Amino acid sequence: MIGELFEHFSYLVTVFLMVTGLYIVIARGNLIKKLVGLSIFQTSVYLLYIAPGKLLGGTAPILAPQYGIYSNPLPHVLILTAIVVGVATLALGLALAVRIREAYGTIEEDEITALDNARQDMERDPDR
Amino acid sequence: MSLSAHLPALQVVLPLLSAPLAVLLRHGGLAFAIVTAGAWAAFAAAIGLWLQVGEVGTISYHIGSWAPPWGIEYRVDRLASFILLLVSGTAAIVLPYSRASIEREIPRDLHYLYYAMFGLCLAGLLGITITGDAFNVFVFLEISSLSTYVLIALGRDRRALAASYRYLIMGTIGATFFVIGIGFLYLMTGTLNIVDLGERLRAVQDSRPVLVALAFITVGVSLKLALFPLHQWLPNAYTYAPSAVTAFLAATATKVSIYVLIRFWFSVFGETLIFHKLPLPQLMLGLSLAAMFAASFIAIFQDNLKRMFAYSSVGQIGYITLGLSFDSVHGLTASIVHLFNHGMAKAAIFLLIGGMVVGLAGRGAVSPVLTFDKLAGLAKRMPLTCFGIVLAGLSLIGVPGTAGFVSKWYLIVAALEQGQFWIVGAILLSSLLAVAYVWRFVEVAYFHAAPEGSGKQEAPLGLLIPAWLMVIATTWFGLDTSFTVGSALEAAQQLVRVGK
Repeated sequence: MIGELFEHFSYLVTVFLMVTGLYIVIARGNLIKKLVGLSIFQTSVYLLYIAPGKLLGGTAPILAPQYGIYSNPLPHVLILTAIVVGVATLALGLALAVRIREAYGTIEEDEITALDNARQDMERDPDR
Repeated sequence: MSLSAHLPALQVVLPLLSAPLAVLLRHGGLAFAIVTAGAWAAFAAAIGLWLQVGEVGTISYHIGSWAPPWGIEYRVDRLASFILLLVSGTAAIVLPYSRASIEREIPRDLHYLYYAMFGLCLAGLLGITITGDAFNVFVFLEISSLSTYVLIALGRDRRALAASYRYLIMGTIGATFFVIGIGFLYLMTGTLNIVDLGERLRAVQDSRPVLVALAFITVGVSLKLALFPLHQWLPNAYTYAPSAVTAFLAATATKVSIYVLIRFWFSVFGETLIFHKLPLPQLMLGLSLAAMFAASFIAIFQDNLKRMFAYSSVGQIGYITLGLSFDSVHGLTASIVHLFNHGMAKAAIFLLIGGMVVGLAGRGAVSPVLTFDKLAGLAKRMPLTCFGIVLAGLSLIGVPGTAGFVSKWYLIVAALEQGQFWIVGAILLSSLLAVAYVWRFVEVAYFHAAPEGSGKQEAPLGLLIPAWLMVIATTWFGLDTSFTVGSALEAAQQLVRVGK
């Protein structure tokens, strides 16, 4: 049982990070904390791709007689792209959080929703 | 090598190049010219590709001459060429429209950024459609999504910011789910080429990682296409985005996501897995019906015109996914046709609403939020705008003579083919809900008295002409179906043949 756990250690870490990140996104109301969760969630995917690409004792795929086992370099390249995407998303999310703070004066989701609802009620019934 | 051989690359590269050029120029007018030129060139390329596919069949373009499955392949079949036409055509119409429209909605010093983001979004959507590489789909998906978040946040109301943030969170979760699914597929097959994936998956179809991949990809893409109940981001995003952005997104963004779903279901996982081994059709049927009824029902009770049509979009997406649940050529045809027809009708409606915002703001007193009480007697003041919305609204309902009728007709044919008469009843019944919400607009605009002292103040011609082009297209494709149904039928037959 324990041995099996360690055999799949990288997957366990991946799943743990994935679920942690997703939980933070859903459970936290603070816009910055949500973004932190989102980043953890995205980072877990990097691990999901890269860990299986590595073979123990494998080298870079260089065609030479002394090397027999190669690690797959393609996941690294893919994840390089995904990292760029993740950074861009985080940057944009933070920029939006700054703008939201300027416009609403808060970065708590429930307060923003309350302000929005009040505004909507006013539009529906301007006399109130 | 002639130019026509490189159309698949040009299709994406031209709008993609226009975006950084627009940023470098830092001038609203020049940025407008260059991004519009890029979009029109993309439209021309899409027409060229559509014709080429008719002559030589599926086009496979090897980027950098690296042969697939090692290199990245751009693959244009009938379905892809059809969606390319929809996306680039909408962009070609919406861009000239946005010049006059964003004048009032976005500060002038940000105009060049608007055009740059529009160009990026267009390039991303075209890239998703044309690429034959699964990871490439993710990259283009993120290019289009990130620029979409910015475009939505440009809305004048502060709620646009909150809507954009919410969409960013949900969209990123969706895209990450999608890329997790791709990761599992790559682990199982060692390839990312969509055609190659489809062939290699057959050997490992029943293994658990493949099923997990299917689940992640389906849920992730469903978030992006706003399948009920994953549509929470859509109403606010559509309501508070600038008018031109709403029109473009409503016609293209969700539709391209549906394309991704169709592509992965039919070309990668294959029909046997989706329709015969798993209860996915039943699930899709349930969610589609829920969308058709619940979202349309919610639409009836909205006070904001734009939000009403946003909920109507969620409902209409239900019809598109309903077609996917049938596992038949006719069902798939109905989906593809409705995807196109609904895109046209919704673009027309949101373009006209944009004209309305500008026309009403002309007096200065009206805020950009269009609640129904501001629309009283509008038909007298803006006869053309209101008549256009009614025509496009008829297409949402599915009245004969409009494009919406054609797609619903095929849906009903597909349902009858399966002997499921109750679905026919459901389609007709949910259309009545569409009658109800379109009627709300008609009642207020045509039968309520206009406020005192309001003269005729039609929207500017620069906004009316593009919008009416879309309205005319909606009617045209309702009367002459040879292009839409012909393309969709051919695409559906191709997909089903490959998926068997």
